[in-house]
Amino acid sequence: MMPASSQPTPAREIAERLTALFWKRPGILLALLLAPPLLWLGVVYVGSLIALLWQSFYSIDPFSGVVVREFTLKTYGELLLPQNYDIILRTVTMAAAVTLASAVLAFPIAFYAARFAKGRWKAVFYLGVMLPLWSSYLVKVYAWKLILAKEGIVTWAANGIGAGSLLDAVLSIPVIGGNSLSTSFIGTFTVFVYVWLPYMILPMQASLERVPKSMLEASADLGAGGLRTLWSVTLPLALPGIIAGSIFTFSLTLGDYIIPQIIGNSANFIGMAVYSLQGTAGNIPLAAAFAVIPILIMLVYLAIARRLGAFDAL
Amino acid sequence: MIPAVEFRSVSRHFGAVKAVDKVDLTIEEGSFFAMLGPSGSGKTTCLRLISGFESPTAGEIRIFGEASGAVPPNRRNVNTVFQDYALFPHMNVRDNVAYGLMVKGVGRSARHAKAEEMLALVHLDGFGERKPAQLSGGQRQRVALARALVNEPKVLLLDEPLGALDLKLREAMQDELKSLQQRLGITFVFVTHDQGEALSMADRVAVFADGRVAQVGTPAEIYEQPANRFVADFVGCSNVLPPDQTQRFGGPARWASLRPEAIRLDPGQGGTVRGRVTGLRYLGAATRVVLDCGGHELAAQIPAGAAVPAVGEEVGLGWQVQSLHLMEKE
Repeated sequence: MMPASSQPTPAREIAERLTALFWKRPGILLALLLAPPLLWLGVVYVGSLIALLWQSFYSIDPFSGVVVREFTLKTYGELLLPQNYDIILRTVTMAAAVTLASAVLAFPIAFYAARFAKGRWKAVFYLGVMLPLWSSYLVKVYAWKLILAKEGIVTWAANGIGAGSLLDAVLSIPVIGGNSLSTSFIGTFTVFVYVWLPYMILPMQASLERVPKSMLEASADLGAGGLRTLWSVTLPLALPGIIAGSIFTFSLTLGDYIIPQIIGNSANFIGMAVYSLQGTAGNIPLAAAFAVIPILIMLVYLAIARRLGAFDAL
Repeated sequence: MIPAVEFRSVSRHFGAVKAVDKVDLTIEEGSFFAMLGPSGSGKTTCLRLISGFESPTAGEIRIFGEASGAVPPNRRNVNTVFQDYALFPHMNVRDNVAYGLMVKGVGRSARHAKAEEMLALVHLDGFGERKPAQLSGGQRQRVALARALVNEPKVLLLDEPLGALDLKLREAMQDELKSLQQRLGITFVFVTHDQGEALSMADRVAVFADGRVAQVGTPAEIYEQPANRFVADFVGCSNVLPPDQTQRFGGPARWASLRPEAIRLDPGQGGTVRGRVTGLRYLGAATRVVLDCGGHELAAQIPAGAAVPAVGEEVGLGWQVQSLHLMEKE
């Protein structure tokens, strides 16, 4: 007699048929697996972006404050008004400065981690870079406000080592200076760099790790010293990682509205403008137009990076 | 004459691992020198000691008579063809080849002209604009060669450069490397685990075993007069006879080596010793016959066309007295 288990149960039969179907037509399985994430990406992600873009082509009636649902470029024209143009310029300058500083600070750290750190030190590196990301962003920003305040530890320490006048001299620099570090662009910049630095270090380290050792040896073998190898071989090969990191730091700074609100001289940044325009002002079209700016800037940035050959080594 | 490279009792230990242990070597200028050995025998470490990527833990390496202990890789007049070629993927072929000249500060047009010259030398004229990723394995190998030669090194180091190529291409490149070396007159130091490659290309061969040099000599010396059983076995799979077997086979009580192709098989009743055929391996140009001679296994090789005995058949074995090579040590 046949054992009972070999009798095909209806459920098992369906499973077998499905297996056969998926095996014969792998496209069906692929479509089933990809449908949920594609729906998410298409509807929630790209869809909302398109809705945003759409809104930016509407305008607001200056008298009634009602959104006029007609296609117009008037809202984009408003971006060129001095008060709005200033916000864009300020934000882009800050994002560029933050990105540059992050890259300069991150490179030695990432280079050490990728080339020299082993075992325990590698763990220390990852922990050191990731640990700040585990605590709340707001807590960190408020902590920095206290650190940078006039009564804070930085001023105290500067006075303690007799560098108080140096700090005052730095703070008296027009535009970037201010009353105290926490109410100046220097403070905003410092906190931005602190908060986004890990996003620069990690992709940079990953790309440096992928540079084969034999390539650095080949460069030395052909007569190049350390600096020449760094400039002609290491940096170009690590460029995709540097670009990836700079996309993070640049776009995160472009969109942030909390740090400049808490630390700085309360001058407007794009994020803050969007926040107040869509909230109290109720000017959704202008908020949308502002929000499109970072996207355009990133596209231009990537196009330039590509033109410069940043992705050739990918 | 001052030797191109001289190892004076050089050791490179990694902790307890003796990668290179008390090696003495002399590489004459203008020679094609092969370092032959299985993986982990220390041959690549020796090459890296010459290029400067490793430093000896004891002993001294002299390059053209000068002690190299304090000279970093970028100041040594030796260049390397790396095993994985290590071409720079972000540069085109011409810039790769011209890299050594760019580092030296040679002007753009001069270094491009020289790069084209080197590319012509390795038969890659007109490939200057391509990226390494657009080349085949053999072409990349040639670019690596051109790049290493552009600085006109006095010694060219090649780290298993043909390992990644298929058989046909490998044989073509062997001929080409040999003729290139003869034309340029540069000292080539070639690391390989392929004994056929070492024997066919080199003027002199050093056989490495466990971080030491087992034997140095011309290919003929290495093959015909192996110094010990390791060399006999590694180079050409010889029959190694311990002293008691050598005595049984008509020699003195010493270790000996007997090449398979030196053994004649006699289906009749003759022969110095008798053996039973236990296995046959067809090699194309020859057939390898494994024989059991009173408990000792021997391999014989008979050329294609000659009569092949059947498995289980009893045959007589004979050889000329001088084919039984006595070895100094085990």
